Amino acid sequence: MIPPPPLADAPHLKNWLQVSEDKELIFFTGRVELGQGNTTALLMMIADELDVLPSSIILETARTDLTPNEGITAGSMSITIGGQALRWVASALKMQLLEIASKRLRIHAKNLSIYEGHIFNKGKKTECSFTDFFDGLDLTNKIVDDAKPKTFGERRKCFRDINRIDLESQLFGAPFIHDLKFDGMLYGAPVHPPSAHSHLADLDLEILKGRPGVIKVVRDGSFVGIIASTSYYAKKAASWARNNGKWESNIKEPFNLFENIKNLDTKPETVIESSDVNKNSGTWFEITASRPFIYHGSIGPATAVAKVGNDKITIYTHSQGVFQLRQAIAKVLNTAEEKICVIHKPGSGCYGHNGADDVAFDAVLMAKSIPGKFLKVVWSRFDEFHSSPMGASMVTKSRALLSSDDRLVAFDVELNSTPHTNRPSANFPNLLAAGYLANPISPSRTPDVPVARGGGADRNAIPSYEVGGVRVRKRIIYDTPYRTSALRSLGAYCNVVANEALLDTIAKQIEVEPIAFRLDHTTDPRSRDILERLDYETKKDRATTNEEGIGWGIGFARYKGLGGYCAVMVRVHVGENVSVTDAISVSDVGEAVSPDGVKNQVEGGIIQSISWTLKECVPVDGFSATAESWTDYPILKFSEIPIMRTILIDRPEEKPLGAGEISQGPTGAAIVNAVADAIGCHVTNLPITRDAIISTINAED
Amino acid sequence: MSKTNESISLIINGLKYKIKVDPDTPLLFVLRDNLGLCATRYGCGEATCGACTVIVDGQAVMSCDISLGAVAEKSVQTAEGMQAMPSHPLLESFIKYQAGQCGYCLTGILMASKALLEKEPLATRKRIAEVLDSNLCRCGAHARILDAVEEAGKFMSKGL
Repeated sequence: MIPPPPLADAPHLKNWLQVSEDKELIFFTGRVELGQGNTTALLMMIADELDVLPSSIILETARTDLTPNEGITAGSMSITIGGQALRWVASALKMQLLEIASKRLRIHAKNLSIYEGHIFNKGKKTECSFTDFFDGLDLTNKIVDDAKPKTFGERRKCFRDINRIDLESQLFGAPFIHDLKFDGMLYGAPVHPPSAHSHLADLDLEILKGRPGVIKVVRDGSFVGIIASTSYYAKKAASWARNNGKWESNIKEPFNLFENIKNLDTKPETVIESSDVNKNSGTWFEITASRPFIYHGSIGPATAVAKVGNDKITIYTHSQGVFQLRQAIAKVLNTAEEKICVIHKPGSGCYGHNGADDVAFDAVLMAKSIPGKFLKVVWSRFDEFHSSPMGASMVTKSRALLSSDDRLVAFDVELNSTPHTNRPSANFPNLLAAGYLANPISPSRTPDVPVARGGGADRNAIPSYEVGGVRVRKRIIYDTPYRTSALRSLGAYCNVVANEALLDTIAKQIEVEPIAFRLDHTTDPRSRDILERLDYETKKDRATTNEEGIGWGIGFARYKGLGGYCAVMVRVHVGENVSVTDAISVSDVGEAVSPDGVKNQVEGGIIQSISWTLKECVPVDGFSATAESWTDYPILKFSEIPIMRTILIDRPEEKPLGAGEISQGPTGAAIVNAVADAIGCHVTNLPITRDAIISTINAED
Repeated sequence: MSKTNESISLIINGLKYKIKVDPDTPLLFVLRDNLGLCATRYGCGEATCGACTVIVDGQAVMSCDISLGAVAEKSVQTAEGMQAMPSHPLLESFIKYQAGQCGYCLTGILMASKALLEKEPLATRKRIAEVLDSNLCRCGAHARILDAVEEAGKFMSKGL
């Protein structure tokens, strides 16, 4: 077995665990809880490997002074990589404990086992607990020397699934970074320019300083920060400043995104070309799908707490990558990384790279002026909608060649997109306020995510079927006034919509059932299982529907081509607007560590994707995003939620693949195809609003 | 910083409080900053997301949208109050259905649901959804939340 990658830089037990004075076993993970439930699943993986109950273990999540650096918690990789590493750690620990027990009890190690934390000899319970041997542990041991992770048949002895460990505190407690409190803590609010490309022209700082509760006003270039005695006063003063200050755009001409993104003359970059897509003959089919900017739209605004001491900066953040944030801040402040400690605390769900990192830097900029004091900075809703990175806008044109015997023999995808990644790191600080300090460090061009890591804009551009030769070409559009970065599933959402709509178009043309056409191009047994199961589960309902305005549609993809499989079938009603009335999904994520956790993630992805597909579009004016509140950016509401059926094919013998981003693309595609089933044409200019439907019908006429 | 001299009395989760804060301050900030009752979440401060919903004299109210002065002498319930009733049907059903993901919206939803079910325990799923339309959830836990509230209502209607 090949050791999981995180063990390379953190090879010893001591990198991953500690035993407290009270004999508590504390494990460390470089992963963070983003609301996806990964800490619950990681705890289950550790406990299962050790044969103890999850409640007997403590898990500390990412902090630069304690845990291994596992990079960014993103891309459905927590369980696949982070969890596997913890299994090795737990296994190495268990082997060492049994070895110690063997020596002390004078029983051969192979006769010893652990169940629910008790030591057993040949299946008989002894007087000993696994904690009795902690004093003999040598945590400098190398994990790979001792670890013998369980095979799938040996797993899940003590428990099958557990409840989320954090749900109760969410229901009546104060578990969020927003709730942190320290003695003497002050409250800050930034006054960001209305866009990253504007500067502060005029703001009366003296009047601002005199506003109620204001203690200090910090200004550096176009960055203004207010420090006040309460969060309410900080927020009120920031709002006053926004209404009374003057900012000027550095860009004079508005940028027409859609013209730019649809009509690019530049040569695209070829990402994949498996063979010449033009070598065969047949009929070419083509479809173009586009999506606008989409907000991450966290319910709780970006928040951070910072303290700047003499030679130490402490930052509490809900960033997805505490080590990367530390590198970026060290670079911008020209400080040694070791002087900065970054600690993760749960925030509101982020769904990708939102304002979490930016607000942490805001907090540091302001806290510098009050040395030794903690400062909590909370963005306003206005900041969220104007200052945080948005999900990229993109256009995908998919073409497929159909041979005379109705086989797909070539697939050609060309896509244009604004960047899907602009995360902070040492090479690319990408912290919003750094761009408009007196000595600015402007945001830099971050390269797109490479194909080896699942791709960025081109993620899932290759369809999950056997389609003959494949070519994928892309253009990343960097020079826009808008700041975009990672939003769940990156380019996969738009690419899956385009590819799956194209498959449906072709199936309809040759009068083959959409699922049958997909199965005709699928030999992979796990993909076939998914499609056949979804067909079976929905067949009866689909057969009885022939009302006007009702349509059914399917979407399927294997995330990144190597992750989890997900197929979604939706029923839509097209009336004044489109509503999704039913959503049935079948997923396969290999071993489902927490089956209910996986289902929860799949359902959440489906609902979020329905919201993107039917409603969401960031309003822009050529210079910046213009939404100011939720009323300018409606998202899916409770009364718009479909009846859901979420089916999981558990494959305990397969490696776990992650679930957080597998359902967004298939859901978007299923809706587009269901609308086409209802009204006869594919509306792929997302979101599918009434206007989008009318303009598609008009264009087809 | 005017008008802070007079103290305002109110009841929160059954306890009497006397607070000396500017009466124009929204209740949300008084709860979180002055009283340290942080289970009421700040989401937008503009009464558009419902994260800060509390119950005032039996009515669900967004606490960012009501001033401290307006709740003088009134009875306020926040999610902290639920901690003392672990077997409340709403808590039990939220846990049974694992109704949440990041959980940031949950306390507001819990309070809005409690106010509704105390008046209409047999509210239909459609009615529950209509009422919860004032509360945004971004993770997509809606279906589980609706399941949980609907089931809690059935228990509450039986007086359990």
